[in-house]
Amino acid sequence: MIVALPIAALVWASRAQGAHGFWHWISAPEAVAALKLTFAMAGLVALTNAVFGTVIAWTLVRDDYRGKNIVNAIIDLPFAMPTIVAGLLVLALYGPTSPVHVDVAFTRTAIYLVLLFVTLPFVVRTVQPVLYELDTQMEEAARSLGARESTVFRKIVLPSILPGILSGVAMAFARALGEIGAVTILSGNRPFRTEVASVYVFNQNASGNGTGAAAVAVVLLGASFALLLGIGGIRRLATRHERA
Amino acid sequence: MTRTRSVAAAVLAALVLTTVAAAASKGTTLSLVAYSTPKPVIAKIIQAWQQTPDGSGVSFTTSFGPSTNQAKAVAAGQPADLVFLSTGDDVNLLVDAGLVNATWNKQSYNGIAADTVVVFAVRDGNPKHIKGWADLVKPGVQVVTPNPFSSGSAKWNILAAYGAQRALGKTDAQATAYVKQLFTHVVSQDTSGSNATNTFLSGKGDVLITYESEAINARLVGKNIQYVIPRQTMLIELPAAAISKSQNLDKVNSFLRFLKSVPAQELFAQYGFRPVNKTVAAEPTVVKEFPARPGIFKIDAKYIGGWRNADKVWFDPTNGRMVQIEQADGGPTTG
Repeated sequence: MIVALPIAALVWASRAQGAHGFWHWISAPEAVAALKLTFAMAGLVALTNAVFGTVIAWTLVRDDYRGKNIVNAIIDLPFAMPTIVAGLLVLALYGPTSPVHVDVAFTRTAIYLVLLFVTLPFVVRTVQPVLYELDTQMEEAARSLGARESTVFRKIVLPSILPGILSGVAMAFARALGEIGAVTILSGNRPFRTEVASVYVFNQNASGNGTGAAAVAVVLLGASFALLLGIGGIRRLATRHERA
Repeated sequence: MTRTRSVAAAVLAALVLTTVAAAASKGTTLSLVAYSTPKPVIAKIIQAWQQTPDGSGVSFTTSFGPSTNQAKAVAAGQPADLVFLSTGDDVNLLVDAGLVNATWNKQSYNGIAADTVVVFAVRDGNPKHIKGWADLVKPGVQVVTPNPFSSGSAKWNILAAYGAQRALGKTDAQATAYVKQLFTHVVSQDTSGSNATNTFLSGKGDVLITYESEAINARLVGKNIQYVIPRQTMLIELPAAAISKSQNLDKVNSFLRFLKSVPAQELFAQYGFRPVNKTVAAEPTVVKEFPARPGIFKIDAKYIGGWRNADKVWFDPTNGRMVQIEQADGGPTTG
């Protein structure tokens, strides 16, 4: 009831002007530009996370170094803080008054950076537990049979952690699609350039165009729903050995 | 376990009872829904009114936020006794909802509590020599203004840009072309006027198009901000109106009268708003703080045609001029 009813209401609102109205607003040039930018950014962010999230998870599980516990705790920080604070942090660090003299604020690079920041924990937290559980005996056996490190990773480690990576990537992607607080503060929100779909929805709603806002929101919702189904599929694949 | 729970319930019930009792003993409570900028001055004015016989014993609950959002919330049922908004358009929204009497703009001072004008905030020492609208479209000048589809102040800014050109004798097509050109210089379109101010204060852009009151307010809270009042600019009229079904209409009307009286108008002036009360407006300090400009025009200027017309021509989300201008600015050829 809590989830399904609002979704139904949203879909209903998006069709207030009929299917024709829905397509009209989905294909409005500004909406198309915002959706393209959003999906491209979310995709880039998810891919970057796939690589760096896995590396971080690896160092947290397999390596031992001073301050590891602190790093482990810091990873969750983006989950714990309001995303608008994340936006302010990135603005302070990479904005016009940057202490490191890197000014990328109000560009697409800034959107990428801040989305990376808020989605970083997903892949780390989905890969980490799988790595903990992973039996190192198989890796040692492979090494003793003369396999190189890269082969060990590719043939033994990766297949085990891949479902974890994919489900983390999917969650990071879905999160990046919907982010507004962190983005709005430092993207400049320029239509056709740095305006993401969530900000477009916000603007259309504020200007009284509920139908246009709902139509674009339905597209975002549909994409997120497809992703969640995808995650379900990946989980089933991952556990097929146990179930068999 | 059960005992602790019932003790907790008893304590909670007692708390609720005392709170309700306390609220009841205070007498009348008025709910004021307002747009974001006047928060500090409204607090002072309420305090001053509570010192008068009329206002003594009346308490307030206040809500501040983006003007259109606030008006929509009230239209959707948020309890309110009176509103103080940034555009007459937002009051009209409440007229359409049957909550504000259609004659609100026939009250004293046409229903307006205070004024301000559209100004240019510039960097320290005005390094780009910004004086008038023409300077905003010179090569290399970066402008910050909010998004007109979400922000009331952005609407004022755009109509000011257009109206200034008309006041200079340009045709409708020339003035519209100016707005189009101006938007190629816009580097950030924040969702609200105050977000745009923060973007400018974070170091982005050469010019922020804003309200005089917002610029003075930023100064009052210690921000280093300078501003230029262009010769042709728009007078922004800030309406205050009673919600007609309020249970305390006499108190509301008494407060609305106080808003336009000398003590309240002097407070407005201190906080950067132009007073509507002629006595206060003539005070030497006020005249000095708020210089007159020869080319000041209003929303009902012939070439703008009032809020309802401006909204339709400029800000209609389907085919308003701003939809086309944003599109031309961001189109693939310049992207």
